[in-house]
Amino acid sequence: MDSRRITIEPITRLEGHGKIEIFLDGQGEVERAYFQVPELRGFEKFAQGRPAEDMPQITSRICGVCPTAHHMASTKALDALYQVTPPPAARKIRELIYSTFYVEDHALHFYFLGGPDFVVGPQAPAAERNVLGVIAKVGIETGQKVIAMRRRLRELMVLAGGKAAHPVFGLPGGVAKPLTAEDAARFREVASEAVDFARFTLGIFEKVVLQNSEYVDLILSDAYTHRTYYMGMVDEKNQVNFYDGMLRVVAPDGHEWAKFRPDQYLDHIGERVEPWSYMKFCYLKGLGWKGFSEGEDSGIYCVAPLARLNAADGMATPQAHEAYLKYHATLGGRPVHHTLANHWARVVEMLYAAERMLELAHDPELIEPDVRALPTAVPREGVGVVEAPRGTLFHHYKTDERGIITGANLIVATQNNAARIAMGVEKAAKKLITGGQVPEGLLNMVEMAFRAYDPCLGCATHALPGSMPLLVQVRDPHGAPLALLRRDSDGSVHRG
Amino acid sequence: MKPKVAFYWCASCGGCEEAVVDLDEKILDVANAVDIVFWPVALDFKEHHVEAMPDGSILASFINGAIRNSDQLKMAKLLRAKSQVVVAFGVCAQLGGIPGLANLTDAKSIFAEVFKDGVAPERLYRNNGHTLSLPEFFDTVVALDRVIDVDYYVPGCPPTPKIIGDALGALLGSELPPKGTVLAPDQALCEQCPRKDTRPEKLLLKEFKRVHQVVADQQTCLLAQGLACLGPGTRAGCEALCPRGNMPCTGCFGPTSRVRDFGAKALSALASVIDSDDEVEIARVLEAIPDPAGLFYRYSLPSSLLGRRRME
Repeated sequence: MDSRRITIEPITRLEGHGKIEIFLDGQGEVERAYFQVPELRGFEKFAQGRPAEDMPQITSRICGVCPTAHHMASTKALDALYQVTPPPAARKIRELIYSTFYVEDHALHFYFLGGPDFVVGPQAPAAERNVLGVIAKVGIETGQKVIAMRRRLRELMVLAGGKAAHPVFGLPGGVAKPLTAEDAARFREVASEAVDFARFTLGIFEKVVLQNSEYVDLILSDAYTHRTYYMGMVDEKNQVNFYDGMLRVVAPDGHEWAKFRPDQYLDHIGERVEPWSYMKFCYLKGLGWKGFSEGEDSGIYCVAPLARLNAADGMATPQAHEAYLKYHATLGGRPVHHTLANHWARVVEMLYAAERMLELAHDPELIEPDVRALPTAVPREGVGVVEAPRGTLFHHYKTDERGIITGANLIVATQNNAARIAMGVEKAAKKLITGGQVPEGLLNMVEMAFRAYDPCLGCATHALPGSMPLLVQVRDPHGAPLALLRRDSDGSVHRG
Repeated sequence: MKPKVAFYWCASCGGCEEAVVDLDEKILDVANAVDIVFWPVALDFKEHHVEAMPDGSILASFINGAIRNSDQLKMAKLLRAKSQVVVAFGVCAQLGGIPGLANLTDAKSIFAEVFKDGVAPERLYRNNGHTLSLPEFFDTVVALDRVIDVDYYVPGCPPTPKIIGDALGALLGSELPPKGTVLAPDQALCEQCPRKDTRPEKLLLKEFKRVHQVVADQQTCLLAQGLACLGPGTRAGCEALCPRGNMPCTGCFGPTSRVRDFGAKALSALASVIDSDDEVEIARVLEAIPDPAGLFYRYSLPSSLLGRRRME
C-alpha cells in the first residue's frame, strides 16, 4: 500500500457503496482527496422494453431506503405520459403516504445514520458511533420511542401503500385503492404523534448540538462550508413542497436565479462524467461546468434539506415555519452555506412533513372512493419530479404507442449533490488532516462531510444521464484549436 | 462471548437493510443476543476490520444483493471465509433480483447508455501520480450461490419482519434446518391471500388486462379479474402484501421447493388459464402481457435455466 495514500473503505452510515481516497504530499498535507462511487446497476438500460406501468415498482428497487420517492416520481411521470389527472382523493392519498414516508426517512437519518456523529460524538470510538451508541447516550426510553414511532409510520405505509419498502400504490391517474374512514382515523392518530415526535427531535437537536459551542463552531467552520447555488421545489407561495410545484434555484447570495417547470429540467441541468467514479456530476447549464469550484461563476449546485430551505421563502405549516425562521436567524440568514446545517434543516422538514400529514389526514376528501382516472391517451413521453428526502428526483420516460419504455432518463437526488459532496470531502480532508496525522476519529470527520447530505449512492449510480451537450474541439494538424462545436440536448449544433 | 454476525450488501437497493431495521423493537433483542461486527449502513467497521478476523470467527453473515462487480465478488468471498454460515438474504442474493434484469443486456450496452458522451469511468485512472481504481463491471449478474457456498436463503423483496424473525429463530434454534433450505413456508402465495376463496375452482380467462387499464375490485381474486397475478407460482411468506394493496403479486418470494425455474412455472400457471385453443386468439390474449421476460423473470433471471440473453 502506498504510504502516502489513505483509503476509507467502505464509507459507512449511508445508503450504497463508496470509498474515499486521500493522497498526502511529502509533508503529510493533503494533496487531493477523491470521493469515489464504485457501483452501477444500469436501470436506465434494462428499463427499456418493460411496460411503463411497471416502472413505479421496478425503479423503486433503485433504492430501498427511499423507494417511495422513486415510486412517486415514477407514478407522476406516468400521469404525464398518459396525460391523466388523478382524482382529488388519489392526489391526497399520494401526498399523505409521501409525507408519512418523509417523517420516517428523515428520522432514520437523524437517529441511525447522521445523528451518531453528534449525539455520540464525531471522534468517539468507531464501535460506539452508531444507533446503539445513540440509544446508550439518550436512554433506552428515547430509543424505544424512536423505534415505536418508526414502526407506526411504516405500518401506515403498508396500510395505504401495500408495502413499506417497495410500495405498490402508484398507477397513472391515481392510486391502487382508496382509504376508509377508519384508515383516516389511524393516520390522524399517528400524525399527531408524529408532530410531537418531530418537536421532540428538534428539542434533542437543540440540546445536543446547539447548546454545545464546539458543535456550533464545527457547523460554522470553513472545513464544512461552500458557497454554491441551491435548488428546491416550491409551491405557488415559494414555500417548500415535496410532492409538486416549480423548481427554484437561488444563487450563492440568495437571489432567485432561475425558476422552471420540472419538465424543463433538460434545459437547466447538465451532467459531467469523471473517469474515476461511476457517479455523474450535475451542474447548472446556464453557468456550465467550471471544475470542482464554488461561487457565483460555478455551475455547481446543491439539493436536499439545506438547499430546500435556502431555495424557499418559508414552510407551508405554522410550526415548521417557526422552526425555519429560527434556523435562518441562528445561522446568519439565507442562504446557509454550512453543509452540516443539513442535519438541522432535516429536522425542520420532518416537522413540516408531520404537520402536512396531519392536515391531509383531516381532509374530508381523503376518503372519497374515486381514486382512479383511467388513461385513454396514447402514451409518448412523460416527466415526473418530486423532492426526495435527499433532493430533487427526476423520472423521464419515452414509450412506444403500447406504453413500452423506449428510453428512460433519471436524475437522482444525490447526483445533484455529487460535485458539492466531492468538493466537501476534499475540503474537509485538507482542513482536518495536517502533518500526516490521521487518527481514526479524524477520518470520521472527513466522512461527516458527505454524511450530512444523507447521500444515496445506490440511487446516484443507477441513473441515466440527461442528454449532455457534446463538445467537439477541432484542431489543426499541429494540435492548435481551430473551432469548438457544441451539440445541445435538443440535438442542435452550435459553434463556439 | 456473544456470537458474531455480519450484514453486507452487494448489488442491491438497501431495502434489505431497512427490512432488518423493520424488526423494530426486536432489533434491540438481536443487538443484545449477538455482536454485529460488520454492517456498513449502520456501523463504522471497515473492510480491514473484517480482514483481520480469524477464518470462521463470524457465526453468520447475512449477504443481500446480487453479484454485479468484482468488489462484490471479493467481499462475498471474504465473508464466506470468515463465516461458519452464509445466508443469502433477500431475492437479489437468492435469485438475482431486479438488478438481474440487466442480464437482458450486457456491460457494454449499459456503459454506452449511461456514459453517452465518450468519457466513461476507467478501472484504473492515473492523475498527477495518483492512481484510482474502480471494480470490474461484469457482463452477467449472478446470484450469490454461483460464486460462494450458501447455507440458507431468506426470500423476498425485501423479506418481511415475520420471515426474518422466523429465520433467525430457525438459525438460533437447537436443530439447524437442512443446508440449502429456503427459510419461508413451502406453499403457494394463494394460500395466504385474503382473496383465495373468490378464486373459481376452474379458472378460465378470455383476456388479460394491464394494471393501469382497469379498476381492480378489492375483494375478488386478481387473476380471476384478468390481472397477471403470479401468486399461484410464488412462495408464500409475505402474507399477500401486494394483493392486500390491491395490486397483483409480482413473484418476489421466488418459487417453492418443487420448482427449478420460477419464470417457466409462472408462465405455465398463467398460460393454463387461457380459455382458448386457437393460436390467433391466444396471441390476442397475450397482448396484455407485452413483456413476458420482464414479468415472469423479474426477480429470477440470473438463476433461471437460461440465465441471461445470449451475448452478441
